[in-house]
Amino acid sequence: MTQPGIGIPEAAGGAATDGAVLQARDLVKHFRVHGRAARAVRGTRPVVHAADDVSLQLLAGRVTAVVGESGSGKSTVARLLARLITPTSGEILLEGRPARRVPAREYRRKVQIIFQDPFSSLNPVHSVRYHLARPLKIHGRAGGRDVGAAVESLLRRVNLEPAAEFTRKLPHELSGGQRQRVAIARALAAGPRVLLADEPVSMLDVSIRLGILNLLGELRDDGLAILYVTHDIASARYFANTITVMYAGQVVESGPSRAVADQPAHPYTQLLLLAAPDPDRPAPERITVTGGAPSLVTPPAGCRFHPRCPHAMDVCSVRQPPVFTVGDGHTAACWLHEGKQAAT
Amino acid sequence: MSAAPGGAPVTGGAGAAGSGGRKSAAPVFEITGLSVDYGEGPGATHAVADVDLTLHRGEVLGLAGESGSGKSTLAYAATRLLRPPGVITGGDVFYCPDPDSPGRRINLVEAGPEEIQELRWSQISIVFQSAMHALNPVLTVEAQLMDALAAHWPDAPAARRRDRAAEMLSLVGINPDRMRSYPHELSGGMRQRVMIAMALLLDPQVVIMDEPTTALDVVTQREILQQITGLRDRLGFSVLFITHDFSLLVELADTIAVMYAGRLVETAPARELFRSPHHPYTLGLLGSFPSLHGEIRPLAGIPGSPPDLRNLPPGCAFHPRCPYAMPRCRSDLPRLTLAGGGRQRQVACWLHDGAEPPPELAGRREATTAAGARPAGGGRQGGQR
Repeated sequence: MTQPGIGIPEAAGGAATDGAVLQARDLVKHFRVHGRAARAVRGTRPVVHAADDVSLQLLAGRVTAVVGESGSGKSTVARLLARLITPTSGEILLEGRPARRVPAREYRRKVQIIFQDPFSSLNPVHSVRYHLARPLKIHGRAGGRDVGAAVESLLRRVNLEPAAEFTRKLPHELSGGQRQRVAIARALAAGPRVLLADEPVSMLDVSIRLGILNLLGELRDDGLAILYVTHDIASARYFANTITVMYAGQVVESGPSRAVADQPAHPYTQLLLLAAPDPDRPAPERITVTGGAPSLVTPPAGCRFHPRCPHAMDVCSVRQPPVFTVGDGHTAACWLHEGKQAAT
Repeated sequence: MSAAPGGAPVTGGAGAAGSGGRKSAAPVFEITGLSVDYGEGPGATHAVADVDLTLHRGEVLGLAGESGSGKSTLAYAATRLLRPPGVITGGDVFYCPDPDSPGRRINLVEAGPEEIQELRWSQISIVFQSAMHALNPVLTVEAQLMDALAAHWPDAPAARRRDRAAEMLSLVGINPDRMRSYPHELSGGMRQRVMIAMALLLDPQVVIMDEPTTALDVVTQREILQQITGLRDRLGFSVLFITHDFSLLVELADTIAVMYAGRLVETAPARELFRSPHHPYTLGLLGSFPSLHGEIRPLAGIPGSPPDLRNLPPGCAFHPRCPYAMPRCRSDLPRLTLAGGGRQRQVACWLHDGAEPPPELAGRREATTAAGARPAGGGRQGGQR
């Protein structure tokens, strides 16, 4: 019998490790607008373009970061991939199979999600043991007398020791970092192949964030495919293998994390990096931006970033830029890179 | 100051304390030995303990700390906004109203309600973290700005007040057309700008900012920080900037004070603190922010959890998480004392008491981090809880 609590079931040995475990193809999610906001827009059936044509893939043993500001659609992507919401169009493939053909329980077992707020994602009236035993039983990973050992093994996996002591605790007896570790252990209890982490450290104290990121890094090294949704590009550079940058519901740049963070190709990525706090630079960079994020109900024509872009050309306000290859595995949707080989 | 009816134009305070004021050492706001408890008697929680902090004219003083470190409580107590069960149990807060006679000081802790009301907002104002909660959702921006003006400029004509409100909005980059907007009609960044306009409305000398940009996106945050420093240079006010984001302060602040478990553990000029932290907690904090440049090195953050103020360990509150802890740290409380590197550097750590501190805490960090990368937090890697 495989050890029930350890989390990752023969991931590395499974089929096609070099293929994507979870893949999104041209995912679109539009939310209907109701009420006064809807009447303010002429035309029929206004929608919020939360995600448009988002494609990405999660590989076993790799971390893919989705970086963007609030309203960029990054959390929508995580929720789509978790099947908490259904896409308007596009396809999700789990281990090469269309997700809608995968039974819900199997999908849940293989794809788990952890949320930003560890204070509201745990039930205040249930013990740590209950939180971890339930998914173990539901997914048939442990039963009867094995449950206690499996729960403790999970707690040890997330460095909550002495494990026996933590099993009895209630969420209010734990610090924020400890709660997030319990949430991660709960996700591991299902024995997933994919972990979707939606801003897992942004509500935690700065001194304990790296502890959580390093724990996720260990899980990655064990073969888990991880989606890391964040607004913090420095932590994505530190922790992720690839970075996908989203703006106004669309992917604007994607590539190996060092390439994206060190040689950003899209003006929006450049702006994000310039605006990020950076004690290493001698003097703060001055940024000049015109306006804020665009409306997602009536997004700008052409490139959605063009109203704020310092390099905007005529074409940018007319035609949406295709995806251009700017480096090895590095792509950007920006007309500045026209002439370089277009990606397929 | 120009808080009088029909007072000076926007740039009124700039001449006295503007560009030249930043380096002048005259204190404008002095906190000495301040202690704050929540609750009374033996069960009280000591949220702020014996804090000394001086804000100089034209300075941006950064106060860094994690949740529960007492940084916001300190700000509330210093402005007498603390609500029960919070109690000031000791210490003084001095405000020096006149740059030309630094000897004249008002003790805010002893001041009566009328005196406080007079000073608050006209001389000392506050920008709160959540503009959505600090602004009244059922009043227009104009009504809220006019309200503050009506209270402090009772004799000024309405048109004069309205001009002032419009002037301040344009100063923070909001078109005065938006005066009639309700808070929900503005973006998060614009709401925070309204808060800043409101704080600067009466031309105060001291502005306390409690995590003013935490809820904002990085680009908006950067714009607002630029605006704050720009306005500071123009108007010459002093800022106490409270945040958990240490990396932000290195760029923004002139001086940084680091708080842990209700006490200051280190104060230093911002750049010096970044180059050579003296306290192991500061070193750990610096190792908690991944860099945007250079090689990616493993970072450890700080092991353990932030302390529970109701149940603080004896001795130095940081010792359970400190990789350098000595037997003495478990029993004796270190006091904030002058450390090497000039009179502006203070640290509360036994490592700096006589014996030679470890090289990474003695100002020799630069050598090991030439490429701009940060050190691993304290050297101990595993065992985080």
